Amino acid sequence: MTLDLPMIWAALIAFAVLAYVVLDGFDLGVGILFPLIRGEAHRDEAMNSVAPVWDGNETWLVLGGGGLLAVFPLAYSIIMSALYVPIIVMLLALVFRGVAFEFRWRTKRGQFLWDWAFAFGSTLAAFAQGVTLGALVQGIPVEGRAYAGGWWDWLSAFSLLTGVALVIGYALLGATWLIWKTEGHVQRRAYDIAFWVAPATLVLIGAVSFWTPFLNSLYAARWFNWPQVLLVVPVPLAVLGAGFLLLKGLQKQQELAPFLASLALFVLCFIGLGISFFPYMVPHAVTIHAAAAPDNSLSFLLVGAAVLVPMILAYTGYAYWVFRGKVKAVGGYH
Amino acid sequence: MLGLDALMLARIQFAFTVSAHIIFPAFSIGLASYLAVLNGLALWTGRSVFTDLFNYWKKIFAVAFGMGVVSGIVMSYQFGTNWSVFSDKVGPVIGPLMGYEVLSAFFLEAGFLGVMLFGRERVGPRLHFLATLMVALGTFMSAFWILAVNSWMQTPAGYAINDVGQFIATDWWAVIFNPSFPYRLVHMLLAAYLTTAFVVGAVGALHLLRDRANNAARVMFSMAMWMAAVVAPLQIVAGDFHGLNTLEHQPAKVAAMEGHFETHAGAPLILFGIPNAAEGRIDYKVQIPLLGSFILTHDWNGVVRGLNEWPAEERPPVGIVFWSFRIMVGIGFLMLGIGAWSLWARYRRRLYDAPWLHRAALVMGPSGFAAVLAGWITTEVGRQPWTVYGLLTTAQSASPIDAAAIGASLIAFVIVYFALFGSGTFYILRLMNHAPQPAEPGLPPEAPVRAGGIMPGPVMAAKHALPAAE
Repeated sequence: MTLDLPMIWAALIAFAVLAYVVLDGFDLGVGILFPLIRGEAHRDEAMNSVAPVWDGNETWLVLGGGGLLAVFPLAYSIIMSALYVPIIVMLLALVFRGVAFEFRWRTKRGQFLWDWAFAFGSTLAAFAQGVTLGALVQGIPVEGRAYAGGWWDWLSAFSLLTGVALVIGYALLGATWLIWKTEGHVQRRAYDIAFWVAPATLVLIGAVSFWTPFLNSLYAARWFNWPQVLLVVPVPLAVLGAGFLLLKGLQKQQELAPFLASLALFVLCFIGLGISFFPYMVPHAVTIHAAAAPDNSLSFLLVGAAVLVPMILAYTGYAYWVFRGKVKAVGGYH
Repeated sequence: MLGLDALMLARIQFAFTVSAHIIFPAFSIGLASYLAVLNGLALWTGRSVFTDLFNYWKKIFAVAFGMGVVSGIVMSYQFGTNWSVFSDKVGPVIGPLMGYEVLSAFFLEAGFLGVMLFGRERVGPRLHFLATLMVALGTFMSAFWILAVNSWMQTPAGYAINDVGQFIATDWWAVIFNPSFPYRLVHMLLAAYLTTAFVVGAVGALHLLRDRANNAARVMFSMAMWMAAVVAPLQIVAGDFHGLNTLEHQPAKVAAMEGHFETHAGAPLILFGIPNAAEGRIDYKVQIPLLGSFILTHDWNGVVRGLNEWPAEERPPVGIVFWSFRIMVGIGFLMLGIGAWSLWARYRRRLYDAPWLHRAALVMGPSGFAAVLAGWITTEVGRQPWTVYGLLTTAQSASPIDAAAIGASLIAFVIVYFALFGSGTFYILRLMNHAPQPAEPGLPPEAPVRAGGIMPGPVMAAKHALPAAE
C-alpha cells in the first residue's frame, strides 16, 4: 500500500491552521473587544474566560509553522520571505498580548499598560494574519525555488480588505464566545457588539468572496465552470445558512447558537479557501507535491504526529470540558 | 543601515532573537529540575521548608516560562523569514526534528505545567509530583531535539543531497546522534543546571545577608552551593571533551578560540591578547609555553593547526570567538572557585555565616547567563562562514529580502524585546526580592488559572479544594 504522504500532511497542516484560526480567533477576538468593555472587574471577567486556554490555542500556530518547515520546506521558505512584513508584525503583536496575560497580574500601577498591550497586540495580530491570508490568495511571484518579489508586494487593497475582515471576524468570534461564557453586564455588552459585527462579518465575507474570482482566472474557473459549480455551490449556500442562524440566534438572545454559527462561518470560509487553492500550496506557483519534503522526512514525523496529535486533541477537549460553564470575575472558573 | 548589508542584518537579527530566547530555556530547564527535586524532597522528608521553596520558585518559573514560550513562537518563524534558502535546503532534515520538539516537548510541558502550578494540596501529592517530573522531562526533550538540530548543522551526518539540492536524511539515527551531539547536549544541560544553581544561590545569599536565620534561604543557598561544588568541575571536564570533539570536526573553530594563526608543534596556551586578524597574529599576548598542545592533543609537542591553513574566506571572525571563549572559560573557573569556597565554609561550619561568600554568590547570580551566551557565541560565530558545516555557507542561506526590511524589523525586535522582557525580568527580580516565608503561598488566588496552556489541573481543584483554601 502506498500512502500519498504529501496529501496526508497537507490535510494535517490545514487542520492545524484551521484549529489555530478558530481557537486563537476567539481569544484574539476578546482582546480586540477589550477597549469596548469598561470597568476593571468586567475586563477581568472577559480576560479570565480565555486565560486558561489561550496558550494551548497558540501552540497550533507553532505546530503549523514548525510543521510547514518540516514537511513543506519549499512553501515555508517562499511564504515566509514573501510575507516577511506581516509575519514579523504578527509575531511581535503576539508577544505583546501573550505577556499581558501574565504581567497584568503582577502590577496594579501598570495594569492599564498591559490592558492596552493586550488589546493592541490582539488587534494587530489579527490584522496581520488577515493581510497574510490576502497576500497569499492574490498570489506570490516565484522564480525557481525562491520568492521573486519585493518586500511591499503583499500590500494591496485586497490584502487590506482581508486584514480588516479578519479583525471583524475574530471580533465576532470573541463577542459570541463572551455571550456564551459570561453573564450580566459583560454578556449584554457582547450582545450589543455582536449586533454590529455579525452583519459586518457577513458583508465582508461576501466582499472577499466576490473579489477573489476577479484576482485570477483560475479562481474564476474553479468557482464558475459548469458542471463543477454544482460541487462547490453548497459552500456559499451553507455560508448563507450559517449567517441566518447567527442573526436569528442573536435576535432570540440565544447563548450558544451564535458562537457555533460563527465557528461554522469560519470553517466554511476555510473550506472555500481550500477549494480555491487545491492542489496548490502557494497559489498557482507551487503545488502540494512540489513543495513536499522527501517521503522519508514525511513518514518519520508522521509516526510522532499520529501518536501525539490525538493525545493533544484529547486533552484539549478535556480542558474545554473542565472549563465549561460561566466564568466569574474573580478567580476564573468555579 | 549603518553600512550593513542584508546578510549581516539578518545574522544580527537572528543572533538577537535566539539569544533572547536561550536565556529563558537555560533558566527554565534547570529550574524545572530543581522544582522536581524540591517536590520529591518535600514528599520524602515531609519537611515544610521544601514545600515553601517549591511555592517560592514556581511563581518565578511561571513568569520565565511564559516569556520562553512567546520568544519561542518567534523562533519557529525566524528560520523562514531570515534564512529561507536554508529552510528549503535543510528543512527535510532538521524540520522533522524540530517538529518532534514541538510535538513531544512543548505539549508535554504545556499539558502538565498547569497541574504543577496548581499546587500539591489540590491534586494530591503523587499526581502533582508526576506532573513536575513531566515538566522537567519536557524541558529536557526540548533541549534534546533542538541540540540535535544544532549539532547536525555543526557536524552533519547521515544525509544525502537530492537532485533539487535539498539535504535529505539517509539514516535518522545518524542524523540525531551526530558526532558532536552527545558532547553539546551534556555541556548545555550542565550549563543550564549551573545557571539555575547560581541564580538560586544568589537569591539565597541575598536573603541570608538580610537575615541569616531565614531557614528557606539557608536551604536554597546550601543546595545551590552543593550544585556549584559538584557541577562546576564536571562542566569543566565536559567542556574539555566538547573542545576535543570540536578539534576533531571543526579545527578552524578551535584555532580561532585559541588564537592560533600558525600551525606548530608544541603550541603555547594563549591566556590573553588582542587578536589582529589582518596581520595574522595576537598582539600583547600572555602565554604559557607548550600547554596549548598538551590540552588539545594531550602531548606536550603535539601539532596544533593554525588559521593560516584555511583560505581567508573560510576562517571564522577571530576576535569575537577568541574573547567570548575566554569569557565563558573565565566564568567557569569563577564558578569552580565559588564551589570550592563554599566547601571550605561548609567544612568550617560557617556556610550561613560567611557574608563575603554570600556577597560573592550574589554578584555571581547572573554569571550563568553570561557564560551560556558567551559559549553559544563561541560555537555559532566559530562555525562561520557555514550554516551546515563545510556544505552550505551563511551567505547562501539568506532570504531574498531587502536590507531595509531586515533593518526595520531588527529595530522593532530590539525595542519590543527590551520593553517586554525587561518588564518580565523586573517582575521576576521583584519576586526574588521577597524573602521566602514559612507557609509560602502559591500563585495569588485572585488571578485566573493561566500560563502554560491547557490545564487539566483545575478540574481536580474543583473537586478537592475547600472553599477555605481560597
